[in-house]
Amino acid sequence: MESLLITILVTSVPILLAGTGELIAEKSGVLNLGVEGMMLTGAVAALGSVLIFGNPLAGIFFGALAGILISLIFSFFTIFLMTNQVATGLGLTIFATGLTGLIGEPFVGKTISSLPKIDIIFLSDIPFLGSIFFKHDILFYISILLIIAVHFFLIKSRYGIIIRAVGDNHDSAHSIGYPVKKIRLLCVGFGGMCAGMGGAYIPLVLTPHWSEGMTAGKGWIALALVVFASWLPFRLLLGALIFGGITILQFVGQARGWPFPSQFLNMLPYLVTIIALSIISIKTRSGNTLVPSSLGKPFLENN
Amino acid sequence: MDNKNSKTLLKASGLTKKFGSFVANDSINIEIKKGEIHALLGENGAGKSTLVKMFYGLLDPDEGNIKFNNKIVNLLNPKFARTMGIGMVFQHFSLFPALSVSENILISLDEKLTKKQLEKSIINTSKKWGLKVSPSKKVAELSVGEQQRVEIVRCLLQKPKLLIMDEPTSVLSPQEIVNLFKVLKNLSKSGCSILYISHKLHEIKEIASKVTILKSAKVVDTMETKNVSTNILAEKMVGKKIIRLKGKKNLKKLSSNLALSVNNLYRFKRNQFGVTLNNINFTIDYGQVLGIAGIAGNGQVELMEALSGETLGKKEEIIFENKSIGNSKIEFRRQLGIEFVPEERNNHATVPDLKLHENTFLTFFGYHIFNKSFFNKMFTNPTLSIQASKQIEKKNDVRCPYDNPLAKQLSGGNLQKFIIGRAFQANPKLVIISQPTWGVDIGAANIIRQKILNLASMGKAIILISQDLDEIFELSDSIGVISNGNLSKIKNKKNMTPTQVGLLMGVS
Repeated sequence: MESLLITILVTSVPILLAGTGELIAEKSGVLNLGVEGMMLTGAVAALGSVLIFGNPLAGIFFGALAGILISLIFSFFTIFLMTNQVATGLGLTIFATGLTGLIGEPFVGKTISSLPKIDIIFLSDIPFLGSIFFKHDILFYISILLIIAVHFFLIKSRYGIIIRAVGDNHDSAHSIGYPVKKIRLLCVGFGGMCAGMGGAYIPLVLTPHWSEGMTAGKGWIALALVVFASWLPFRLLLGALIFGGITILQFVGQARGWPFPSQFLNMLPYLVTIIALSIISIKTRSGNTLVPSSLGKPFLENN
Repeated sequence: MDNKNSKTLLKASGLTKKFGSFVANDSINIEIKKGEIHALLGENGAGKSTLVKMFYGLLDPDEGNIKFNNKIVNLLNPKFARTMGIGMVFQHFSLFPALSVSENILISLDEKLTKKQLEKSIINTSKKWGLKVSPSKKVAELSVGEQQRVEIVRCLLQKPKLLIMDEPTSVLSPQEIVNLFKVLKNLSKSGCSILYISHKLHEIKEIASKVTILKSAKVVDTMETKNVSTNILAEKMVGKKIIRLKGKKNLKKLSSNLALSVNNLYRFKRNQFGVTLNNINFTIDYGQVLGIAGIAGNGQVELMEALSGETLGKKEEIIFENKSIGNSKIEFRRQLGIEFVPEERNNHATVPDLKLHENTFLTFFGYHIFNKSFFNKMFTNPTLSIQASKQIEKKNDVRCPYDNPLAKQLSGGNLQKFIIGRAFQANPKLVIISQPTWGVDIGAANIIRQKILNLASMGKAIILISQDLDEIFELSDSIGVISNGNLSKIKNKKNMTPTQVGLLMGVS
């Protein structure tokens, strides 16, 4: 039981991180479908840097950096050349899949050392809870702190309100004097950084060796997660745990020989995603207005 | 007072702004005194917005300079303009619907306040000037009048020396306009100058002491409003004599008098920004213009959708010549002889990226699919549709930049003339028109209004949904007012005054 819960928590971290970043980007009005690609880039950069420097912490840094860099490609096209965000995001993922396959080629068959676990003093001694929540790696703690920080940032801070304003009505934001493009560039960059760290988590903690396309659709789940959470950080946290749980369920099912075909269990996370999206869209039609109004619309300056 | 008034606050000399080869402002000179209400008059596209955007730091002038308090200033961005003491209330507002009122105000304030301090100063300011706002509400929940108050309060919190107001009354009820004018007059007494942009002449006479008239990017004249009639203002603005509308003659009557009756029409709102139509009842006879007045966002869009068949309801809700059509589709209603001119010219009334003849084809297709004489069933026939659209252009004075343009390449006024001409070309028995002259220059508006009167003279029935009270009174035989999804009793125009209509519009 204990180990099952730990596994669920750990499995949720990549989608939680990527979802956090995408939430900020979407709040500012940019829909970046390249999350899967940015995660892959983060993963390969993390793996490579650990092989070179031998330190798993370098993996976090370079994973995040690679995520930022590749998100810049997306920003350049969508924010400055005003290309279609959906097409550009899809293109980014396809591009990154190929690129990481190429870069990752020499890493195949090599294993890296995982991120060390850090026990939090006192808290980790609490029976049962301690070993579930407080004996994890640094990136796990970062992901939890980050989503809490994002929650308060968006609601309480002036800059959080500005980001929401830009995503709500970019023309108004421009006309009262906010640099819409710069703000979006930063938000997409933050999204890239988070997706990069989420991707990095996979080789650094979950499976310590490279295989092509090793994110296995986690980026897409993160995207669905943001909608599922209706752009609310704490719902995102909850959603990440649910999706993590479902992912683990398939392994448990297979191990215990549940009488379902394994294909059915494999498709569970995606099935839940589709169901969640349908429910949300019904709710949206009946008057839920949490969707950022400018989401996906290019901002044209002038006049 | 006099001494104070004579000082110049803002002086622009030779301001020129070009967009590519298009000159939006051509060496504009304007001078605004302290505490003065100065009107800026001009038609759509005359360059009013461009000029004030330069004053608010949103655009950089290409030539010329702006002096503020006798010093040449380089207004880099809106933030800088605000610190200089220039505030602006935008025509389409610059608010964020998903944020609360206080959040909206917070992000445009340059000084940093805590939430409590902010709410306190919002309430103080709103009390001081009689502008009621509730800080914790979301902007999406507010009426347009309230939204405007939020914008004004937001400006006033920065203690501006110059307040720019871009067409502030276009969305307000007559009573709200009275209140706004009180606020503006008090502001000017307290020493704040106001630059008031409008194309409504009587408003300018009422509120402003001076007026600068723009036409095709140039200043035509600057004068005292005391010494000038609205007629002269109009002629200066348009650049030619204004032809008065010829009244309508009731000559022909069609066989049956009653054209359309609407009975207990009910439509639940589609989303939280929509309006629920409640128990709407009215009838219209042939040869009549029924005007439906109301402030935007009170159910006009929903009513139009129900009448046109974009939303369907019970069969008996709408009866046209003894046929129950409440659940019939647009195509069917068209074939019965009802035409629709929706409010939105682009995207709704036309497809912006299709040529005019293709837009004609799309509307006429339903008519002629059965008798085959005009268009064949499945294929477009460009020769015929080009002919048809040429005819519409000729009859309605639609001026195209070149032959057979895309719908989006026409100016607002010309596109509207085309859309209305297209509806009339189908020889309808009943035309339902929403906001026909919204954002259209005076010349085109006059042509459109005359067409509507002519059509009624021919014995057709017309339902005119408009937020322009002057237009309603000029064209209608009977008037109803829509407010929050309810339609008032329809009364003969003779028994109604604009004040009464204004009261029915409801003041928030």
